[in-house]
This record gives sequence, structure tokens and C-alpha cells, in this order.
Amino acid sequence: MTAVIDIQGLRFAYAEATVLEDVNLSIQDGEFLGLVGPNAGGKSTLLKLILGLLEPQAGRIRVLGHSPRRARRRLGYVPQYPAFPRDFPIRVEDVVLMGRLGTGHGLLGRVGRYRSADRQAVRQALREVEAAELIGRQIGTLSGGQMQRVLLARALVGDPAILILDEPTANIDQRMEGEIFDLLATLNRRMTIIVVSHDIAFISGYVSRVACLNRTLLCHATDDIDGQMINELYGEEVRQISHEHSHAHGHEHSHGHSHADVHGQAQPRSPAPVAVSRGHAHA
Amino acid sequence: MPMPEFFSALASQGFLQQALLAGLLASLGCGLVGPFVVVKRIAFLAGGIAHSVLGGMGAAVYFGIDPLLGALVAAILAALLIGGVRLAWRTGEDTLIGALWAIGMAVGILFISRTPGYATDLMSFLFGNILLVPVRELWFMAGLDLLLLLTVVAFYRQFVAVAFDEEFARLRGVPVAFFYLLLLVLVAVTVVLMIQVVGLILVIALLTLPAAVAGQWTQSIAGMMLTATLLGAALTSSGLALSYAPDLPAGPTIILLAGALYVVSALIAGARARYRARRAALQRVAGGHGPGTGARPPA
Repeated sequence: MTAVIDIQGLRFAYAEATVLEDVNLSIQDGEFLGLVGPNAGGKSTLLKLILGLLEPQAGRIRVLGHSPRRARRRLGYVPQYPAFPRDFPIRVEDVVLMGRLGTGHGLLGRVGRYRSADRQAVRQALREVEAAELIGRQIGTLSGGQMQRVLLARALVGDPAILILDEPTANIDQRMEGEIFDLLATLNRRMTIIVVSHDIAFISGYVSRVACLNRTLLCHATDDIDGQMINELYGEEVRQISHEHSHAHGHEHSHGHSHADVHGQAQPRSPAPVAVSRGHAHA
Repeated sequence: MPMPEFFSALASQGFLQQALLAGLLASLGCGLVGPFVVVKRIAFLAGGIAHSVLGGMGAAVYFGIDPLLGALVAAILAALLIGGVRLAWRTGEDTLIGALWAIGMAVGILFISRTPGYATDLMSFLFGNILLVPVRELWFMAGLDLLLLLTVVAFYRQFVAVAFDEEFARLRGVPVAFFYLLLLVLVAVTVVLMIQVVGLILVIALLTLPAAVAGQWTQSIAGMMLTATLLGAALTSSGLALSYAPDLPAGPTIILLAGALYVVSALIAGARARYRARRAALQRVAGGHGPGTGARPPA
């Protein structure tokens, strides 16, 4: 296995406030990495550094052997919130087509209209996220789950080597959340996936590794999470409950999980974070 | 009835034919660039560019150059300055827009006051004078239209991507800063294109209203462009026709027509959105689930 993303000694601050420091992380080809941590712990910032949207104050990031800026056309990105107004006059097909920008070569590949190959790729991507029937819809008419599928298709249509998602299921219901993660599990067969979540319990059934981030990386593997780690991560007294874990939407993982409920943490947008370690039972 | 008088005059009077042509040439600009001004919500920025143009026109008159050339230079400089400040500091451009707005006008009026015999031009700079467009300026306007058309057709995808989602466009390797500045330069060119027709104070209405009406009834930027161009052509032509017999100024007549169209269109679009929301709610109650959040929110 080779590292597709290699981060060493990373530090980043917005003006005075240090958001990330001494972050070291190596992500291997084919991994499905869950990035968890409290709000304002730096998860979204780390993604933006990997995407080259922000420049680090110190440290080094290599993506697919290049600088993030050079590599970013080979990355697919699904943002936490759509960055566009919902009343923008545009259809789903044209939104997904934007994921094909930068795939053309030379000046002629950059001017004029999209090619028929681009439209073919859009239909394929929408089929893959099971949203083929949305192709002609106005984006303002989509539900939260439909919008998330369209944003996923926009990220996939450029045929990325790495797919990066920032809380892809923050605004949709639980059944839909399971469907989206089932889809990601399928995609993981051909691409590396990094997904940010506040819900370790949920993603642990899907990801191959969890990285916990609160200013710096506190752990790198699902097996490491214990009460002390969750204390460090969320900085709160935690109450751990052990029980047999099963998801309502019923996908295949039936081994025992232990949950650690974190209380008292201010979570304006999300429910109280729940952490779980995989394959161990903490009493 | 004023209309027959207008049409018989149109057949015989060269100046009226030129006025009609000037209105049509300005419509193409309002159709190609107006949609971006509306969806990117930069109407105030466009207003700042339009008003700062008076500085360039005043200086051009003072030094004996074509005022439209002075307007073009001032508009492009103002666009690059405002755009550069936004890109460099990510904030604070509205103060700069306000300053350029007023400073440009002050500079223009000082120059005009120092130029003997040009005080009457001030009114036509401010409110337009479509009946006095010389043939030479029609060619100038046609040249600007061609420039706008070629640029927008060549980089339609990039302009839409930058208007829709700057962050995603950047991730796809689109040079966002370049296309943002180019868009502002196109706005500057369009402002100059319309000055002769409605004047620099009223430009902002012709730049935004036809596009905003088009946005209520179309589902893509390209559709918005086509609709806004046709609406612009209809508004300038009918404004010219309506104002001719009673000898009203054409610019303000065109703008009032555009304003009336906008209000009527917004009322109908709002009623349509409410009707659809109610129908969707009824369907949900009647038979399981309807289109859910299917109703488009009022624009």
C-alpha cells in the first residue's frame, strides 16, 4: 500500500486562533478514513488544507505525490453545506456537469460547451448515486437527501482518486444516512475515501480507520479509542454503555460495539456525539 | 393614439431608426451580462461602476476626446479596482464602491464645469439621450456587443461555475480570480453600452430588471440570457415608441416600463409559488407523499 495523502508537522491558524498544530497523518490507497472530533476541532479546516483551499503556516502536505493545488483536480469534494443559493436558476444536470470542468485538454478543451462525453459521464454518475431521475430537476426543488446525492455525483463525475466528504449526512434523516454510507462503501472499492463526521458510533460500521481530531490528532485507529481518549477528544466526563449494536437499516455488521456517550459538550447543530470503539467491549 | 405617429416617423426619420437600433444593441448587453449581476448579487457593485464612469466622461469632454471612450476606460478601471480589493481582502468592498460612486461623479462634474458649452451634455450623460445617437456610436456599441458575445460564448461554463459556487470552481482548476475580474470588466463594458440609451443613473435598472424577470420564469443562465435580451429589446423599443408622441424623455420611460414589468412578474411568480405549495400540501394529505419540498420558493 502506498500513501495517497501524507501530512507532516502541520500547523494552521486563522489570524490569532490556532486551529491545528503538529498534525501528522498518512492515508493509504484504498482506505476509508473517518475523521471525527468536536465542533471547531479543525476537521473542516484539515479538509480544506488537503484540498489546497487554505495554505498551512507550517508543515507539509503531499497529495498523490504532489502539492494539494496540483493534485486537487483528482480529488472529489462534497461540502457540508451547499455553497450556492437554492434559488439559482440551474438544473441538476448542469450542476453535476461542473464536476467535469478541468477535465478537458488545451485551449479548445476549455472554451465553449460541454462535450457529449461529459453529458454521458453525468448520466453515469447520477445512476451510480441512484438519482438518475433527478437529471432535469431544478436544484431548488430537491429535498436534503436528493441534494446530497447530486453533490456526491458532482464530486464523482470527474473520476477522482480520492473522495472527500465533510459531514455528508448532517442535514438528512437517519434512513437516508444509511443509504449514503452504503453507497460510499461501494465506492470505496475503487477509491480512497475520507469522511468527516461527529458521530463515531454510526461511521464505525463503515470506515476502515478513525482519526480523532481536536487541534491535533489524538488517535489513528478504531481500536485505540477508550474512555481516556474520548475524554481527551471531547474534554468531558463520559458515560460509557456497552450494548449490542445494530442499525435500523440493517447492513452487515453485527459484532459488538461499546458506546460512550459524551455529555455536557455544547453542540449547537448536532446531537451529543457518541463514540464507539470497534471490536472491543469497554465496560 | 401616439403609436401610429411613432411608426410613420420611424419609416421616414433616420434619427429614430438609429435610436431603435441603439436600444436593440443595448439589449444584447443587458441580456448577456444582466443575469450574472442578478444571480451573483452584485447590483450595488454595478451601480458603483456606472456612476464612477462620469469621471471618465467629464475628463474626456475636457480634453476633447470621445466621452464614450473616457467612459469605457473609467468603467474598466473602477471594475478592476473594486474586484481587486474584494479578492485581496475578501471584505470591505462596499465602502470602496460607495467612495468610487461619489468620487467619480464629483470628478466628472468638476471637469464638465471647466468645459465651456458642455453643461447641457450633463443631463444626457446622467439620463441618456437615445434620440441623439450618431451612427459612429452605433458601430462602437456593435463592437462592444461583439466583444461581450464572444467572451460569454467562449467561457460560458467558467462564468456559470464561478457565479454558482466559487469554491467548487476553484477545486476544478478554474482560475476564479481571473474570471471574476473578467466578469466585472464585462459589467463595465455593458454599463458603457447602455449609457447612451438610459444614462448612467438609470443603467442599473436596465442591467438588473429584465434579467430578474427572466430569472422568475427560466431554469438556466442561458435561458435567462435569451429571455432578458428579448425583454430588453421589447422594453427599449416600446419605451421609445410610448415617449415619442408626448415628447417624454425616452430613458425614464423605458425604466418605468421595466419597473412595472418587474412588479407584475414578481406578483404572478409569487402567486404561482403559493399555488404549487398548496397543491403539494394537498397531495401529501390526500395520497401518501407528494413531491415533498417540491414547491420552488419564491425568487
